[in-house]
Amino acid sequence: MMALNPSARIFAILLAALTIIVPVLNLALPETSALHVPTYMVSLFGKYLSFALLALSVDLIWGFCGILSLGHGAFFALGGYAMGMYLMRQIGDRGVYGNAELPDFMVFLNWQELPWYWLGFDNFFFAMAMVMLVPGALAFIFGWFAFRSRVSGVYLSIITQAMTFALMLAFFRNDMGFGGNNGLTDFKELLGFDLRSQGTRAALFVASGIALLAGFLICRVIVTSKLGKILVGIRDAESRTRFLGYRVEHYKLFVFTVSAVMAGIAGALYVPQVGIINPGEFAPANSIEIVVWVALGGRGTLFGAALGAVSVNLAKSYLTAAFPEVWLFALGALFIAVTLFLPKGMAGSIKVPLPAWVGGRT
Amino acid sequence: MRRIILSLLLVLTAATMISSARADQTADLLDALKAKSFKAKIIAVENLAASGDARVVAPLTALLEGRLHKRKSDGAIVIVKKIDRRKFFFDALSGEKLGPAKARSSKKIRVNNRLRGILRGVLGALTLFSPDSKQRLSAARSMFKSAPSDSLATLSKAYLKETDEAVRDALARTLAATRLRHGTGAEKLAAVEQLSDFPDRDVRDLLASTALKAEGDLLAAVKSAAASIEQRLAFFNILQNLFQGISLGSVLLLAAIGLAITFGVMGVINMAYGEMVMLGAYTTHVVQTVMHTYYPGAVTQSLLLSIPAAFLVAGLFGIFLERSVIRFLYGRPLETLLATWGLSLMLQQFVRSVFGPTNREVIAPSWMSGSIEITGGLVLTNNRICIIIFAALVFLVLTLIIRYTDFGLRMRAVTQNRAMANAVGIRSSWIDAMTFGLGSGVAGLAGVALSQIDNVSPNLGQSYIIDSFLVVVFGGVGNLWGTLVGALSLGMANKFLEPYAGAVLGKILILVLVILFIQKRPRGLFALKGRAVEG
Repeated sequence: MMALNPSARIFAILLAALTIIVPVLNLALPETSALHVPTYMVSLFGKYLSFALLALSVDLIWGFCGILSLGHGAFFALGGYAMGMYLMRQIGDRGVYGNAELPDFMVFLNWQELPWYWLGFDNFFFAMAMVMLVPGALAFIFGWFAFRSRVSGVYLSIITQAMTFALMLAFFRNDMGFGGNNGLTDFKELLGFDLRSQGTRAALFVASGIALLAGFLICRVIVTSKLGKILVGIRDAESRTRFLGYRVEHYKLFVFTVSAVMAGIAGALYVPQVGIINPGEFAPANSIEIVVWVALGGRGTLFGAALGAVSVNLAKSYLTAAFPEVWLFALGALFIAVTLFLPKGMAGSIKVPLPAWVGGRT
Repeated sequence: MRRIILSLLLVLTAATMISSARADQTADLLDALKAKSFKAKIIAVENLAASGDARVVAPLTALLEGRLHKRKSDGAIVIVKKIDRRKFFFDALSGEKLGPAKARSSKKIRVNNRLRGILRGVLGALTLFSPDSKQRLSAARSMFKSAPSDSLATLSKAYLKETDEAVRDALARTLAATRLRHGTGAEKLAAVEQLSDFPDRDVRDLLASTALKAEGDLLAAVKSAAASIEQRLAFFNILQNLFQGISLGSVLLLAAIGLAITFGVMGVINMAYGEMVMLGAYTTHVVQTVMHTYYPGAVTQSLLLSIPAAFLVAGLFGIFLERSVIRFLYGRPLETLLATWGLSLMLQQFVRSVFGPTNREVIAPSWMSGSIEITGGLVLTNNRICIIIFAALVFLVLTLIIRYTDFGLRMRAVTQNRAMANAVGIRSSWIDAMTFGLGSGVAGLAGVALSQIDNVSPNLGQSYIIDSFLVVVFGGVGNLWGTLVGALSLGMANKFLEPYAGAVLGKILILVLVILFIQKRPRGLFALKGRAVEG
């Protein structure tokens, strides 16, 4: 495994093991077994893995290029909507109104025919292309303008936030043809496999694991390459890098677009596992929460971002169920504590002596 | 002397006798309402109206509302009123309380639609002479659409007698409308001319419907009057938009100005700023609740008291926040953004736990409700005007503080070049704390203003935070004028786009426009220049 430092190597190995073991424990063991993983847990972990991929995408731009996007939830949600549209088309005539031509919400709103931008979403491969293309294209156009005019720092953060806010308002509108307030839901099957079945859920989990692993490796390749060095240069001294003759905006644009595509894929994996996508995913608060996962896990470490996403969401699932009042206090205190006391996050602050076989020095 | 007293007494008794005779006459007329046939009832109502006795308004209103009953025990006509969920009888004419009403002890006097129409017309005409000018005004207005042809005489009589300017205008308008409907050819032409002095939507609709039936001269007159009204309405519409734009702009200004101060001086984006606004609004609520227990009815005083209270609460909290969290994060603006966001979550949850998730009520003083009507087509609401004035005052005071006080001077020095300011002996950390306190205090003031026009809920701050950021980013952080221009132009753009694009689409357009604008001027309209800005 080239390009992997010891901690990254451990992360990759653990992730691969998890991707294999959890579905096996779910499918192969009888339900009475103590080691059996219930199906809902598989989906829950799958959701965490998609969040981890999303956190990875934010860490790539924030941790290595200093671009703090407070609108990355928009790319995630766009990928999710593209997936949701495919799943809606898969319902066919099994909806409440039994209309094979139109999704339920369009029948409800008295639409006569499918809008043009829904065409093609019956095809899985077209939909998957859109999952990557739509967030990628938006990020490319947005970044093209923003980086060329040298909008940076807090200003960039605010306009990314404005972008996701505008998209949220737009998707709340019924006229947009994306289900308005309710979003897209009531999905039945994916590629002909029943979404509720144990096997499909395990497969989705494996897909999330593989996507996260692939995303992680791609990010590693990017940040350890020469290009990655320039990105870090931009992060630490943008003007100086520019004066050295690098076209800063091109590098930023590249990494921003890659990151948006990753976020879109994460969204596409998230939607079938939770069964719904609605405009609430565009809420600026969600995007800020992603940044906190990264900050907690460790900015600029990649695997730390993934760990941060999983651990915050584990805590969230537990606290919102056990002590709903406490959750926001805990999350808020976490924000403050991490920024004050753990500027490098968990991954940067906790040093574990590594065994020799992964390359650690004893 | 004796004779004088005697004659006085005589006059007095005569007067009472006459009035009681009159009362008896009215009572007899009222008794005629017991008749079975609706025709007889209509005659009775018309006689009552013609009697000129002001006391008939109450029984006639009750009749229209189905509360006029015939008591079974003695056949007297009484009004039934509910007080605290129990029914009571009242004397129809004197309004005297007669005791509790048992079920089925009385029978309702029934009315049909024809009688209802007549009652409405009669009551309108009767209230035209009411001593209360508000009642006269609403009567004159309500008759605009439906005055019967025979009310022309009554209307002219009322118009001649009227002394109140507003009521006179309303009467003239109704009179002209009635003449246009029921008058002769020449009267109609004159009426059209009079109506063109009243540019509002009802008159426009009336003229439009008249134009369908009119011919010749009348048609031409109606058309030209309608055109001139249309033109003036369009003008008023622009004025109304302008007012609403300024009003929205001043709300944005209030919400953003404190943010601009902290951002300008410290380069700190305070994400908990919206929650400071919320604290101000809740302070207003608490002050009002406390005041209400000790001095009920002191609404104005409690609002005035909550202005300094909110400033202090939010300001002290801001200083505490700066000393405990933010000062450790200088030079790391993005981390500050995260920490303050965390704080905003905690504050929201805190308020939700203490005050509950539902909206809290803040009562507005009576002088803030209601509106000023410039003409029929242009209405300015009082609370909006108050907020515009309040925002202007806050802006003025802040500008003066920054321009002319010692503290303001030091603040500007730190904004422009922190290192140099330190070198000449300004304690920049103290200035930071004070500036943060000032900015937060202004947020508290914004909260007082917003509590008058918006729901006081834990989400109050969230709904303004993105708009405030846009204003600051759009206006630039160089000086407060940038914030003023930013707030007003965003407010105006919003209100002028709204009629064409709808509220949501208009808002989206604004967001896109601001994003595009930032590309053109990455540091806002009024950017600070110089090398101190970089970094």
